[in-house]
Formats: sequence, C-alpha cells, structure tokens
Amino acid sequence: MHITADRERCVGAAQCVLAAPAVFDQDEEGLVAPLTVDPAGADGPAVRQAVHLCPSSALRIDEE
Amino acid sequence: MTETLDHDIPSFPMARACPMHPPAEYRELRGREPVSRVRMPDGQVAWLVTKHELARKLLADPRVSADRLHPAFPGRLTAEQRAATERVRRLSTRRSMIHLDGAEHGAHRKILTGEFSLRRIAALRPRVQEIVDRSIDEMLAAPQPADLVEHVSQAVPSLVICELLGVPHEQRRDFHEWAGMLVSRSVSIRERAAASDALNDFLEDLVTEKERGEPTDDLIGRLIARNRQTPVMTHDEIVGTAVMLLIAGHQTTANMISLGVVALLENPEHRARIAADPSLLPPAIEEMLRYFSVVENAPARVATEDIEIGGVTIRKDEGIVVSGLAADWDDEVFDHPDRLDFERGARHHVAFGYGVHQCLGQNLARVELEVVFETLLRRVPGLSLAVPAEELPYKDDAGIYGIYRVPVNC
Repeated sequence: MHITADRERCVGAAQCVLAAPAVFDQDEEGLVAPLTVDPAGADGPAVRQAVHLCPSSALRIDEE
Repeated sequence: MTETLDHDIPSFPMARACPMHPPAEYRELRGREPVSRVRMPDGQVAWLVTKHELARKLLADPRVSADRLHPAFPGRLTAEQRAATERVRRLSTRRSMIHLDGAEHGAHRKILTGEFSLRRIAALRPRVQEIVDRSIDEMLAAPQPADLVEHVSQAVPSLVICELLGVPHEQRRDFHEWAGMLVSRSVSIRERAAASDALNDFLEDLVTEKERGEPTDDLIGRLIARNRQTPVMTHDEIVGTAVMLLIAGHQTTANMISLGVVALLENPEHRARIAADPSLLPPAIEEMLRYFSVVENAPARVATEDIEIGGVTIRKDEGIVVSGLAADWDDEVFDHPDRLDFERGARHHVAFGYGVHQCLGQNLARVELEVVFETLLRRVPGLSLAVPAEELPYKDDAGIYGIYRVPVNC
C-alpha cells in the first residue's frame, strides 16, 4: 500500500489524523503531512477509512 | 423544469412530527426520488438531496458553487423578507470563504487551517476546561431548576470563540443575542437587520483597531499579520471572516450541547457507562452529531454546469439544498438511523458537511462537546431534566436545530 497525499487539495479537516494517527499528521499550516507513505499492513483499514473520510479527496492509495 | 407539475412541488423546509426525528418526508423521498424538487420560502424551486452517497458526491463536485449572491442560490428568507430591507444584504454580501469557490476559496481557507489543526485545538483544551468548570459553577449556584442553555450550552461556545478571535468578554452577551437573531426565523426582519448591523459594526471596529495597532496574539490578530505578509483577503473579507467564524462557532455547538445533554439524560444506561468510562465519549459524540445533524437546511449550492445525478439532471444555474440531516438518516448507510447507538461507527456522517467546505472548526467543536459532557457527568451526577423531554421548546423555527431552554435540576 502506497499513499499519495495532495497538499494542494488538502483543506485541513484532520479527518485522516483522527482515523489513522500512526500514519498521518498535520504540519504548522494544518495541512496533511504523512508520517509514512508506505504504512505497515496492519494500518490498512485505518488508512482506507482516512481516505473515505477525507472531505477534499486529497488522499489516494495504490494497493500493491 | 416542467411548469405544469409545479403544484406537486412540496415546500421546504418540511415539518417534524417528532422533535428528535427528521421530517418523515425525507425517508419517503430518499426511497422514491433522492434528488427531488422543493419550493424554497422565497418561491424558487431548488433540488433537495436526501441520500448520503449523493450528498457526499454533490458536495465534493467542483461543478457546484457556494456563491450565495447567485440569483438561484436557495435562500431561507421569503421574497417579502428579502425585499423588506436592504440592510440584511450587508451581511450576505460581505464575503467569507463559505461563499467562495475554487482557488479563491482555497486561498481563504488555507490562511486559516493552521489555526484549527489538531495540535492547536488540543492546546486550547485546558482553557476550555476552565470555561466549562466556571459555567457549571454558575449553573450550580443558580436557583433551581436552572437553565442549561443559559449557563452552559450558550456560555461555553460563546466564551471559547470570543476568546479565540480576540473579542472582549464584556461583549459576549450582545454577541449571543445578535448571533441568535441571525439564525432564527421567528424574529422580525427589522430585528434581524439590527442584529446584523450591530454584529458587523462591532467586528468592523475590532478588525480596524487590530489592523492599526500592533498585531495581537489572537486569531484575528494573527490572520491580519499573515495576510500582511501574503495578501489574500481585503479588509472587508477579514471582517466577513470574523463574522462567519463567530456565528459558525457559536450557535452550532450551543445547540449540540443542549441536544446531547438531553440525549444522555434520556438514555440512563448509556449515561452510566460513559460516566464510568469517558473514553466511550468520542464515538458517542459522533453518533450525536449524526443523529441531530443540527445544520439541517444547509449546505446550499448552485449548479454551474448540468449535473446528472440520482436519476435526474440538475441544470446549470439551478439551486441545490443538501440536507445533512436527511443524509445522516439514510438507512442504507446507518442501520436503524432512528436508534441513538453510541457504539456505532458514525464517523462518516455529514453533520459537518463534506467536500472542500467541510467545517473548519469541527475539531474545536468535538473538544468542547467532550469537555462539557465529561465534566457534567462527573461534577453533576444528579443532573436531571425538570420537565419531560418531549415538552422542551424545540427550535422548529430556526435554521440551526436545537432547544431554546433546558430547565434542569442539579
């Protein structure tokens, strides 16, 4: 699983951080700053929830 | 649109049969015609969206505009009310990000996102706790039964948002009154205009003062400083943004506190479990947000191109009302939506909207709700309603759902 986070699209709602705090963080501007773009398999469901909750479609996952 | 069918078009908003449930028509429409025509108070016809999936799709669609100055933008005022005064237009013409589209919206929003990051909001929690404690002290000291709305529901978000924005405390009673008038349908147009003027004038002066002096360490002060470095907003837009944040951060949370407390008091088993283990609160709050979806008649939009959705074609320049309440009671997405189930995963509700306009203050609201509910259950274990829940004065006439007064014994 590989994550692409688009900071241009991000609107800082922090839904990803709430859903998968081990994978996503926010920078000083409140925009998405992934802690890793290749999360461990165990984080999969949380990452998929983060993608589903993101209001601005700023997150994409490419499954392997 | 086919004019001959006009007599069949139902009026919006529809009435509730039960204060805790959405209008029954939503369910019927969702099954039959999830994007259907309704007549707005001003006589215009708009599209009402009642299905969760379609609500999310439309709110994330770049072909819809949030421009409330568009002639087809679904409005809550009647044509008569709208015409009655030009002064009301002052508030509606002052721009803030909730009415902007595309890149312009993005620039306005990005200059604020850092203020609402989870870290910044978490740093506010101790201060929110102090405000909640003091509000509860006042409620406990008041003659019984005390009004939860006056002492807690309104006091807490009002103080929090005024402090965040850098608004002096002495003004908070005025603010509450003005903000309440602007979202109520029951006040006269003259009162609404006066409230709008008062709020605008005060924030106009406040912004001007902060612009002239040294930058202050509060949200408006920091916004002014940041905007000086990279100009995004005009003076008028900064004032509009302050008005928007104040109103959005005030009535919404206040009503959720009232409705949430009633929900907890009416569900003693859940209440006991949460009181014993406050870690159960966050999912319970998501469920309350879903169940009540207080900003029920918003968001409104206008199509900027033809959009095919839900079996219909929304034409360019037609108005759209996405009912978050209807979407959050979609039984294909939330099993038995009429059940307040504090353990269901309700995070995908659209109570804060969806798309690029999703509520910027949602995580501040979550913290306020958590601190209020946790502290009330811990400090006032004997809290009870002084009248039956069904006899409370519900806000059937307001754009944001809630309860006018909640008499409680502490």
